[in-house]
Amino acid sequence: MNLVELKSPSKEIRQDHWGKILCYAATGVLLLLLLTMMYFVFSKGIRTFTVDGVKVWKFLTTSQWEPTSTTPKVGALALISTSFLTTILAAVIAAPIAIIIAIYVVVIDTKIGTKLIQPIVELLLGIPSVVYGFVGLTMLVPLIRRSFGGTGFGILAGMLILALMILPTITSLAIESLRGVDRSYWNFAYTLGGTTWQVITHVILKIAAPNLIIAVIYGIARAFGEALAVQMVIGNTIQMPINLLTPTATLTSKLTTDIGNTVAGTLANDALWSLALILLLMSLAFNLIAKRFAKRRVKS
Amino acid sequence: MNRYLIDRVTRHLIQLLVGLVVALILIFLGYLIWQGRHQVTWTFLTTSSEVGLGIRDQLFNSLYLLVLTLLLSFPIALGSAVALTIYAKQNIFTRLAQMAIEVLSSLPSIIVGLFGFLFLVLKVGLGFSVLSGAIALTFFNLPILTQSMILALKNVPTSRLEAGISLGVSQWHVLLKVIIPEAIPGIISGIVLSAGRVFGEAAALIYTAGQSAPQLDYHNWNIFSANSFLNPLRPAETLAVHIWKVNTENIGIDADKISRGAIVILVVVVLLFNFLARRLSNYLQQKNGGR
Amino acid sequence: MKKQLVIGSLFLLGLTLLAGCGQQKTTSSTENTTKSTKVIAVGSTALQPLVEEAAKKFQTDHPKTSINVQGGGSGTGLSQVAQGAVTIGNSDIFAEASQGIDAKKIVDHQVAVVGMAPVVNPDTKVKNVSLAQLKQIFTGKITNWRELGGKDEKIVVVNRAAGSGTRATFEASVLKGAQAVKSQEQDSNGTVQQIVKSTPGAISYLAFSYFKSGIQPLAVDGVQPTAKNVATNRWQIWSYEHMYTQKKITSTTQKFIKYIQSSRFQDTIVKKLGYISIHDMEVVKDAHNQVSEK
Repeated sequence: MNLVELKSPSKEIRQDHWGKILCYAATGVLLLLLLTMMYFVFSKGIRTFTVDGVKVWKFLTTSQWEPTSTTPKVGALALISTSFLTTILAAVIAAPIAIIIAIYVVVIDTKIGTKLIQPIVELLLGIPSVVYGFVGLTMLVPLIRRSFGGTGFGILAGMLILALMILPTITSLAIESLRGVDRSYWNFAYTLGGTTWQVITHVILKIAAPNLIIAVIYGIARAFGEALAVQMVIGNTIQMPINLLTPTATLTSKLTTDIGNTVAGTLANDALWSLALILLLMSLAFNLIAKRFAKRRVKS
Repeated sequence: MNRYLIDRVTRHLIQLLVGLVVALILIFLGYLIWQGRHQVTWTFLTTSSEVGLGIRDQLFNSLYLLVLTLLLSFPIALGSAVALTIYAKQNIFTRLAQMAIEVLSSLPSIIVGLFGFLFLVLKVGLGFSVLSGAIALTFFNLPILTQSMILALKNVPTSRLEAGISLGVSQWHVLLKVIIPEAIPGIISGIVLSAGRVFGEAAALIYTAGQSAPQLDYHNWNIFSANSFLNPLRPAETLAVHIWKVNTENIGIDADKISRGAIVILVVVVLLFNFLARRLSNYLQQKNGGR
Repeated sequence: MKKQLVIGSLFLLGLTLLAGCGQQKTTSSTENTTKSTKVIAVGSTALQPLVEEAAKKFQTDHPKTSINVQGGGSGTGLSQVAQGAVTIGNSDIFAEASQGIDAKKIVDHQVAVVGMAPVVNPDTKVKNVSLAQLKQIFTGKITNWRELGGKDEKIVVVNRAAGSGTRATFEASVLKGAQAVKSQEQDSNGTVQQIVKSTPGAISYLAFSYFKSGIQPLAVDGVQPTAKNVATNRWQIWSYEHMYTQKKITSTTQKFIKYIQSSRFQDTIVKKLGYISIHDMEVVKDAHNQVSEK
C-alpha cells in the first residue's frame, strides 16, 4: 500500500459522502416543497390585510362574515374558537384511547395487538371523509338530537367524528413511540420487582412522553385540517360556540364550503385564504406549546 | 400485594377498553359493508362508469395513483428521515425542519388541492392528470410519512451505528445493511398510514387528478397514448373522489347504490393493502436474520 | 446484498421519476399548443353532469377531440376562464352578478335552465306557502311550522353557500334584497338533500332534479314547481346554466357548445337529466333578474 492510496479517501469515506449528499438532497427537496406551500398560503392569505385593507385585529376579534355585502365584514373569531375547541376535545377523547391501544399492542399482547388490533384501527384511515360525514349525518346527528335535544348539529357531533378519524393516526405513531423505548429499561424495572403496570406508568410512558406528544400533535393537525366530514355534522353556521349543541362552523368547514363559489382576487376569496393562513399559524402555536409542555414533563 | 391487584385490574381494564373500541370500529365497518353487500358484483368491479354503474377505472386509478405517490414520496421521506435522525446534528435547523413538517401536516387537503390546481394543473401545465394528483398527494403525504420514518429510525439503538463505525464500515453501509432493515416494520407502518390517506383522500384530488374517468384501454401499453391505462397525464377519478361525487352532486337514482358498493370495495382494498404490507414487512425482517 | 440493491434502486427510481417530471412538463406544454382539439371545462358542479354527458356523446361523434369536464365551483370556473387558463367556465350565475369578474371580457352561452324549489322535511306537514311566508321563513320572522298550519315544530333553515348560484337565484326571486337569517350553510345538493331528509323541521331549496322520496317540495302561492310553470315564469325561482368562454374560441369549442344548445340534445339529454330545455322557455331573464317576453 503506497502513500498515495492512503491519502486518497477510502471507498468507505466516498460511500458515506455520497450517501450523505443523497439524504441531504432529499431533505432539500422536502423543505423546498414545504416552503413553496407555505409561501403560497402566506402570499394569498396576507392579501386580505395588504390589498383589501382589513385590519388584522378586527379579523381576529369579530365574528361577522359578509364579504360580499355593500359594507363588507370579515371576522374569524367564531371560526377560530370553534376549530380550537372541536380539535382539542377530539384529541382529549382520542389521545387516551390511542395510547391505551398502543400500550396493549406493545406491552400487553404483542401478538394479537400487531396482527389484529393495529390493522383494524388503521383501516379507519382509508375511509374517505365524506363517508364519515354521511354516517355522522344519518346516524350520529339524529342520535344526539334524540338524546340531548336541539338539532343535533354542533361541536359534539363534530368532535366525536373527528376523534374517530384521528384515532388511527395517533395510535400508529404512539405504537412507534412505545416501541422506541429500549427493552433494557423494561427489563431493569422488572428485575427490580415492578409489576407490568408499574413498568408502563413509571418507565415506558415517561420515556416515550416526548414522542407521544408528537403523536398527539399529528392527530391534532389532522383534526385541524379535516373539512368534508366536519362540515356535514357541525351545522356550518357562523356563530360563537356557546355550548356543544349549537350549530357552528370551523375554519376548514367554512373554507371548503365557500372556496369554489368565490372569484380569485376578491375579498371573499382572499379572506378564505386568510383562514388557511390562520390555520397554519394556530397549528404552529399548538406545536410550540405542546413541545414546551413535553420538555417540562421530561425534566420533572 | 396491593400493587399486584392494581396490575391485574388495570390489565383487565385495558383489555376491556381495547376490546370495546375495536368492537365499535368493527360495527362501524360492518355497517358500511352490510349496506353495500348487494352492490358488489363482478360486473360492478369490471365495467366502466362511462357505460354503466361499474367502478373498474376508479379502482385502477386509486391503485395507480397510490403507486405513483409512493414512488415520489418514499425516497424523499426516507432520505429526509435519515438526514434528520442520523446525519445531521440536532441543532436549530433540524428542529425547524421538523417543526415545518409537523405544521404543514395540518393544512386542509382542499388547500393542497387548490395549490395543485393553480400551480401544477394550470401554471406548470400538467393538466388534470394522475401526475398532478400524485404530486399534490406527495405534498400532503410527506409530513406523516417522514415523521413515521423518523420515529422508526430513532427506535434503532445508536449502538448499532457506533459498532459499525468502530469496525471501520462506512455509516452509509451500516445504514443500508443494519439500521434501515431493522427499522422496516416502522417504515412499513408509516407507508400503510400514508397509503390509507391516499386511498381515502378526495378534496385534494378533486382539483388535481380530476373527477372524470375516461374509458381506459388496458391493452394499450403506450404510456403516451391518451387512453392508455398507464398514461400519467390523463385525468383520473379515484374511488374516494367517485364516492364524494355521487354523494354530493349526482342526479342519478343509483347514486346511493354506487357509493355504498364503492365504500365496500375501498374498505376491502385498504384491508388487503395493510395485510400485504405487513406480510412484506415480516418477510423482509425474516430475511434480515429472523429478528 | 439484495436489500441494499432494493433500497438503492428505490432511491434511484424515485429520483429519476422526479427528474422525469421535469421533462414531462415541457413535453405536455408543447402538446397543449399543437393539440387545439383539447377542451377543458371547469366550474359549476350543478352543471357538471350535463356537460359530462354531452362530452361523452360529442366525443363518440368526433373521436379526435378530447373534452375534459371538471368541477371546482362556479367561482373557480369564472376566474379561470376570465384568465384564459381553461377553455370553458361553467357557471350557475351570470358573470355580471359575480364580484370581481369583468363580464365584458368573456362570452356567455346559456345551455340549460334550472328550476329550484323550497323543500322541507315531510313531517312538517306543510305543502304550500306564499312567497311572503317563504321570505319570512328565510329572514327568520317565522320560526315555527305551526304558524303555517303545520306541525308544532321549530323551523330549521338550511341555506346554500354564500356566492353560490343557487343562493343567488333564490335570494333574487324570494328575499329581494332582505338579509337572510343566520343559519346553516351547505354547498352541495346531495348534502342538502340528506340533511333535509334526516332533520325534522328542516327547510332548504334544491334544483328540481334533486327531488327524491323523503323530502317534500313546496308549492309557492299554489303554483307547483314544474318545468311547465318555469317555462311561462309562473314559477319564478329559476336560473340559467352558463358556459362562459373567451371571445376567441377554437372551432371545436364552438361546435361543442352548439351541440349542447341544439334541439336534438336539449330535447333528450337535458330533459332526461332533469334540467329544462332553453328552447322551451317563453320568457328571458337578464343578469339583473328582469324577466321579459321572448
